[in-house]
Amino acid sequence: MAISIKDVEHIAWLARLALTHEEKEKFAGQLSNILEHAGKISELNLKNVAPTSHAVPVSNVFRDDVSGPCLEQDEALANAPKREDGGFVVPKIVGEPAAM
Amino acid sequence: MEYEAVIGLEIHVELLTESKMFCDSTTRFGEEPNTQVCPVCLGMPGTLPVINKKAIEQTVKTGLALNCDIALFSQFHRKNYFYPDMPKNYQISQYDLPLASGGYVEVEMEEEGYTTTVGITRVHLEEDTGKLVHVGGAGRIAGAEYSLVDFNRAGVPLMEIVTEPDMRIPVEAKAFAQKLRAIIQSLGVSDVSMEKGSMRLDVNCSVRPKGVEEFGVKTEIKNLNSFRSLERGLAYEIKRQIEAVEAGEEIVQETRHWDETTGRTSTLRTKEYAHDYRYFPDPDLVPMELDPAWIEEITSTLPELPDERRRRFMEEYGLPSHDATLLTATKASADFYEEAVSLGANAKNVSNWMIVELASYLNAENLEIDECAVTPRHIAELVKMIDAGTISGKIAKDIFGEMFETGKLPSIIVEERGLIQISDESEIAAIVEAVIEENPKSVEDYRGGKQQALGFLVGQVMRLTKGRANPALVNKLLKEKLS
Ligand SMILES: [Zn+2]
Repeated sequence: MAISIKDVEHIAWLARLALTHEEKEKFAGQLSNILEHAGKISELNLKNVAPTSHAVPVSNVFRDDVSGPCLEQDEALANAPKREDGGFVVPKIVGEPAAM
Repeated sequence: MEYEAVIGLEIHVELLTESKMFCDSTTRFGEEPNTQVCPVCLGMPGTLPVINKKAIEQTVKTGLALNCDIALFSQFHRKNYFYPDMPKNYQISQYDLPLASGGYVEVEMEEEGYTTTVGITRVHLEEDTGKLVHVGGAGRIAGAEYSLVDFNRAGVPLMEIVTEPDMRIPVEAKAFAQKLRAIIQSLGVSDVSMEKGSMRLDVNCSVRPKGVEEFGVKTEIKNLNSFRSLERGLAYEIKRQIEAVEAGEEIVQETRHWDETTGRTSTLRTKEYAHDYRYFPDPDLVPMELDPAWIEEITSTLPELPDERRRRFMEEYGLPSHDATLLTATKASADFYEEAVSLGANAKNVSNWMIVELASYLNAENLEIDECAVTPRHIAELVKMIDAGTISGKIAKDIFGEMFETGKLPSIIVEERGLIQISDESEIAAIVEAVIEENPKSVEDYRGGKQQALGFLVGQVMRLTKGRANPALVNKLLKEKLS
């Protein structure tokens, strides 16, 4: 299954990535190769195999509803590039993203 | 041409747990920003979410109360999107394997006189998002220069309930949403407050010519923050769509924003919200295989639900359907009613005072029954005083405002204002005689067969006693003296 430049552009937009034309061509080829490789599975007869989301046969990992200590505001914001009034500052949401 | 609307709802409900959905951060409301967080709900690399069992139990409980099938195999997916309300750039949600599906709710349309059934497509569990504060652009997202994110709500268990498109008029959607709220209140799994945002409504709506099977193109309405908004927003949107269709315009599938002040819906800029979520099973969370015995156990602990309570009110208290529906519309009101009756007041009279007088005061002040100064004890006392003849119904109405305002018990107000009913026959007889003497014209009219004249004379007695005379006695004595 071939990935077109248009597909790459759409995926890049969903991931908020700005790509050059060269990168788009390069990734179109790479993504096509990955899909092709994964496509080998469809050569097998998997009629009687249920979709498997987890390779390990484990289920029902739960915790009890008990609360523990939380971070201090300073700790929570320690890695934030910018903060204001105890909040993480994020760039303009609606409008053309600056990075594109 | 005649059109009909097709309406479906999506309701988000925050569950009442102590800790978040996938970590042990607390769910307390109203704390300083970013203080109810930990590395897991901040989406730090290398952290591992673990499912809160209580949230699963509460969702199963809700599914059962909505007559759903509970999935014996269920799973969490990642819903990928770029929006800064989640730190991970995905929200953990459920996709094709929700916890519950295929249920229904019966909704009494009491004023309209019919019952309608609304199908429940699914009930699933996800995590709530963080809160954004927009800076600049008057605090609106469009025009803001930047935004501040508070992740305290991020990761709080959020239950989503999706209905079938089974509703046809706005008031059905409203009645359904209110019924759903009452059911969830009775389960105690959420405080379902529209005001606090622990219950949120999204609506899908389309129109089609009456008699046509096929659905029209639907729009989604957001920002319906009250039951009133739900009804008004839908009415506006249905009218808008019908007018567009009649003018030969195409309806565009889109998300629209309801503005309560202008009373209109308008297009949300949807380009920014590409619905391309690329769901996939969350590799951090293994599937859930619920034990049928556990589901059975939860079933056996289900409390009395609003439908059962409504039926019981009719049987046990001899209430008409109309009263029972209104009283059980919220858990608080049904609890209030039963408490008042348990204090020894007449069941039907308590109902009357609650659904007429108390309801109109609550409406006017926009309060819930558990937010006002009037308690079951007040209503019980008031009803007992009327039934014992201590005060008349008229006096009870007169003092209701003060009782509502101050929370003073009716017996106190009556004593302070000297409003105790005069039931002493000789005292009333004297006043009756005086009135007869002063109003020869009315007396003559009455004797001449004019029944209204009696009403006038009764009124005169009441005026002289400032409404305190026992009306039944006044009537009786007047008739005796005039015959
Ligand atoms: Zn946390």
